[in-house]
Amino acid sequence: MQIYVCVKHVPDSAANIHVIDDIRIDPNLAFLLNPYDEHAVTEAVKIKEQHPEAEVIAVCLGPEDAENTVRSALAMGADRGILVQTDSIFDSIETARILHQTITDDGVPGMIWTGKESIDAEGMQTMFRIGALLDCPVATNVVQVALGDNKAVVDSERVGGVVYTYELDLPCVLGAGRGLNTPKYPTFPDVVKSKKKPVKTVSLDAGASSPDGASMKVVKLEPLIQTRTPKAMTGDPDTIAREIVTILLQEAKVIS
Amino acid sequence: MSNAAVIIELDGTGIKEANWGMVTMARMGGTPSEGTGDSKAGLIACIMTPVDDSMRSELESYGISTIVEVVLPQGLETNPDVSARALLSAVKAHQVSSVYGLSTALGKDLLPRMAALAGSPLVMDCFEADARTGMARTSQYSGKTLASIKMTGERIFFGVKPNSREPEKKPVSAEILRFDASDTAIQGLRVLDVQTGDQGKAVSLAEAEVIIAGGRGMKNAKNFDILVQCAEKLKAAVGASRVAVDSGWVPYAMQVGQTGEKVSPKVYIACGISGSIQHFAGMKMSGMVIALNTDENAAIMANCDYYAVADALEVIPAVTRILENG
Ligand SMILES: Cc1cc2nc3c(=O)[nH]c(=O)nc-3n(C[C@H](O)[C@H](O)[C@H](O)COP(=O)(O)OP(=O)(O)OC[C@H]3O[C@@H](n4cnc5c(N)ncnc54)[C@H](O)[C@@H]3O)c2cc1C
Ligand SMILES: Nc1ncnc2c1ncn2[C@@H]1O[C@H](COP(=O)(O)O)[C@@H](O)[C@H]1O
Repeated sequence: MQIYVCVKHVPDSAANIHVIDDIRIDPNLAFLLNPYDEHAVTEAVKIKEQHPEAEVIAVCLGPEDAENTVRSALAMGADRGILVQTDSIFDSIETARILHQTITDDGVPGMIWTGKESIDAEGMQTMFRIGALLDCPVATNVVQVALGDNKAVVDSERVGGVVYTYELDLPCVLGAGRGLNTPKYPTFPDVVKSKKKPVKTVSLDAGASSPDGASMKVVKLEPLIQTRTPKAMTGDPDTIAREIVTILLQEAKVIS
Repeated sequence: MSNAAVIIELDGTGIKEANWGMVTMARMGGTPSEGTGDSKAGLIACIMTPVDDSMRSELESYGISTIVEVVLPQGLETNPDVSARALLSAVKAHQVSSVYGLSTALGKDLLPRMAALAGSPLVMDCFEADARTGMARTSQYSGKTLASIKMTGERIFFGVKPNSREPEKKPVSAEILRFDASDTAIQGLRVLDVQTGDQGKAVSLAEAEVIIAGGRGMKNAKNFDILVQCAEKLKAAVGASRVAVDSGWVPYAMQVGQTGEKVSPKVYIACGISGSIQHFAGMKMSGMVIALNTDENAAIMANCDYYAVADALEVIPAVTRILENG
């Protein structure tokens, strides 16, 4: 079975983001493997441990530097990688189309893993779009998975501990949630070994734009500036508590 | 094709409160042909349950002129893939060009399915959504930037963050139509089980108007009961920092932040939380932030609306007592 894992090259969440020319961020910062995709890679590698015939392939659409992100996935145990190289920024409709095309050109997916969300675009949808293109079932925020005969049984977490257990026919697309596993960070030997693993770089044919003009385009990006002016509440705990209740009642109007 | 539709979410007792802000937003920016203000063309509500008189009058009071009851196949009501296909057929049949749904736990499993099946654009977690221009605003880069996104296509989807807009009434009268989607077939995804867990009945973080969150300053699991008791009085949800989750005091589902839930309550009360960048990523869209911290130099104290240098373990029980006894 071929297990494909979509890995995105994203800015480090701890980095400061500077917006340039109103729609892009200054790319001179640290990039890494999208955190949720780490869970996806970890799980795919775990599945391979139980199914040694499986092959884990990391797929990324991104700039030249994104090869580092693909290599991170290899260091975490993926067998090989494919980088679809581009300097353009694609929306999730096009991204899904390119990833789907790349995967089906390369092999026959038994499963496709993604993260439940990319921390830069925060789109929460690429997995569903890949699933629709492949015409196969999708589950997201997956926190547990068991493989059966041509089926996967997964727990998909909704909110506040509400868990849906789904049975999906294979192939399927699964979006990894944080509760799925604890990513095993690569050791130095893993990193050395990963340098010898193959990464195929494919360059993208010009604009894979959607035939019916369906698109999403960021037309303006602004730093989220906080404009809060803190006001102190003082006194003993009881006085502070009374002030809080008054604020909730009169200013915020969330209680009556 | 210029109708706008809202997908109405239900809770155990009827229509969720969180819908009304979204309905108001859809109404104000509902139809491409209209100018500013309320659109003259009606707004369609798709609802996956039979509508009784009280639901109908509630929907009418917020300006819904067409109610479409979407009849799902029996026994498959919890299947999000079946619901998505059924709802998509319904909006197509009613010539809907813009679809509004809530960016809630359910919405996150439903709207992307619909948009993907339709091959249509979608912006999740938006706090502004105007169908006339196809514009949505949402956060990107772990909550560090605001993005204005223009959607084009024959049909566009908005996943609206709860509490993004104050609900406003606009009474109209509505007709009720049925859309029979009971023949929608399962396509490779079956629901085996739904476990609601302990939290099933509690207020969900994504929709809560008020959130009381605890961090390392709560010191142990037991002290979270203090927050739970206060939350019950406020109809609030309880959230937590990653430290509280990683210490095993509360389940991961309660985590607020970059790697947890991104919340947008009217009021966020942070108890014993320092205000790290990653925590802020999840709660900075809150209307009002109240911080209780023993350290006046904690980051959150400089980035909130009200703060008290105080022990949260003393203040919160006092709040609960006042709410109980006046
Ligand atoms: C990639 C990444 C992702 C992350 N994602 C998240 C995330 O999603 N959510 C998140 O929260 N964190 C996240 N973190 C962790 C984050 O960096 C902080 O470590 C965490 O938010 C700190 O939690 P805290 O405020 O509870 O603890 P601390 O920073 O230790 O703060 C505790 C505060 O409690 C105060 N205090 C102590 N006793 C009392 C008392 N009795 N009453 C009142 N105040 C008291 C202290 O003065 C202190 O300010 C992430 C980190 C990384 C690297
Ligand atoms: N450019 C990309 N390259 C590889 N995978 C991607 C890319 N964009 C999105 N994905 C995958 O899709 C998931 C969801 O992304 P999003 O829909 O943007 O939240 C991510 O966690 C990735 O696994």
